[in-house]
Amino acid sequence: MTQKIIEDLEIEIAGLEKILRSKKLELKNLRESVLTSPPKANKRLTKEDIERFSRQIIIPAIGCKGQMALTAASVLIVGAGGLGCPASQYLTGAGVGCIGLVDYDDVECSNLHRQLLHSEESIGMPKVSSASEALKRLYSKTNIVEYKTQLRSSNALDIVSKYDVVVDATDNVATRYLLNDACVMLGKPLVSGSALRLEGQLTVYNYNGSPCYRCLFPKPPPPETVTNCGDGGVLGVVPGVIGVLEALEAIKIVLGWTGVLSGQLLLFSAESGTFRNIRLRGRNPGCDACGDAPTITSLIDYEQFCGTKATDKDTALKLLAREQRISPETLNEIFICKKKGLLIDVRNSEEFDMCAIPHSINVPLKNIDDPSTVNKIKGLLQNDDSHQENLSVYVVCRRGNDSQKAVLKLQEILRDQNLVICDLEGGLHAWSKKIDASFPVY
Amino acid sequence: MAGGLKITLEFGGGAELLFGNSKKHEVTLPTCDKPWTIRNLLPWIKDNLLKERPELFLQGETVRPGILVLVNDADWELLGQLDYEIEAKDTILFISTLHGG
Ligand SMILES: [Zn+2]
Repeated sequence: MTQKIIEDLEIEIAGLEKILRSKKLELKNLRESVLTSPPKANKRLTKEDIERFSRQIIIPAIGCKGQMALTAASVLIVGAGGLGCPASQYLTGAGVGCIGLVDYDDVECSNLHRQLLHSEESIGMPKVSSASEALKRLYSKTNIVEYKTQLRSSNALDIVSKYDVVVDATDNVATRYLLNDACVMLGKPLVSGSALRLEGQLTVYNYNGSPCYRCLFPKPPPPETVTNCGDGGVLGVVPGVIGVLEALEAIKIVLGWTGVLSGQLLLFSAESGTFRNIRLRGRNPGCDACGDAPTITSLIDYEQFCGTKATDKDTALKLLAREQRISPETLNEIFICKKKGLLIDVRNSEEFDMCAIPHSINVPLKNIDDPSTVNKIKGLLQNDDSHQENLSVYVVCRRGNDSQKAVLKLQEILRDQNLVICDLEGGLHAWSKKIDASFPVY
Repeated sequence: MAGGLKITLEFGGGAELLFGNSKKHEVTLPTCDKPWTIRNLLPWIKDNLLKERPELFLQGETVRPGILVLVNDADWELLGQLDYEIEAKDTILFISTLHGG
């Protein structure tokens, strides 16, 4: 009797094991088919996705298909500043699945008028971390990849290769050429925006037969013609407008729309409230980067090519000899305490109005060799008795670069005056640090 | 062509700073026996409109690298560049490219 039960159980178990094996095989096959088929094909939007993105999904040009394309897309944003903040914010808002952020810099107080993902609490934090935190607060499911590094010839291909679309939100010429060449080599569309003062520019390079950056600008601009936001100023709204439009172009590329701004340049003027759309040349077959026989086949030294640093920070010039420069302490002793000499501030009048050393006079660098300037300086030197014994002219600017250029020009135009002409080394930044802590550093 | 060739010259992207910070100039080019081209417009601009530092606008016979020339909202490369023959009422825009962000 017991023997019979044992035999029945053995048969039953063998049968169950057969079913188990076939179920396991079925599961394995199903798992494999899920892994190898494109995720878009059978993935559906979740309840949360539909509720979150319904306002854009119901636009016929987007639909569920478009929303799934955005979810599957990856966009690299180089620069987490005035352009990168609004661009990344709108791309995150639209549900782009993966956003890479590249920036080596930390948040500074002077960024906050335009870089609105950052806040007072994030001063001193890496921009990529600050931006990533803000974006995660907006949409926790987005995958934000932080690269706290400068984009360089050594890392650009590796970083850029991981993304579908690239947004140039940088602030300097050298990085713009680097990013262009990397995108050409990897066949990535490059959405390129820029802003300064009250103007913005936007185009898409290297997309659907459009020119690349080098097709338009085979030679870099002379370094002295390049103005950064720190020196030229910028109204926050302007990179805001351009950064949002960069997000728009990236979305259009992901969705495969036809109206992408490639082969066209959009010019925005905040002053006149106008957008102007310029028709650009086509791809140049002789282009060094994207031409039929390119000469640039690996990334080069872009700082050398452009003659400038790949940042928007200024570097200290050395145009004058040691004895032609004075320290903040010496200037304070002679000009403030002993009230001797003439102090010329060569910044532009807007900066001079913001803050200036008492009793300094303003002669912007670009007017320094006007005949009226020469007469003004000669007049001041003659009228003031206190200058009789030791005729000295001191020149000051923001950081001590323009003041050196001004000294060289003044030595030339005042050479018959028997004057000592010096500049304040380190400019008003040094003045604030060493003499007057209440003086604003900007 | 009595009375010369009336055209509009515009400067932007910072190039206007070399022209007394004025972005738009309605000008009349003097009557000339040859047709006006951008090649001979550039020295005319230098002599008649440019206020300072010509090296920040011109390099050799053409504009310096980093300035785009746009004729009636089209890239001058599409129109023959320096050899484009200027017509009455043309708008020629010189735009310095921006790099800030
Ligand atoms: Zn090219």
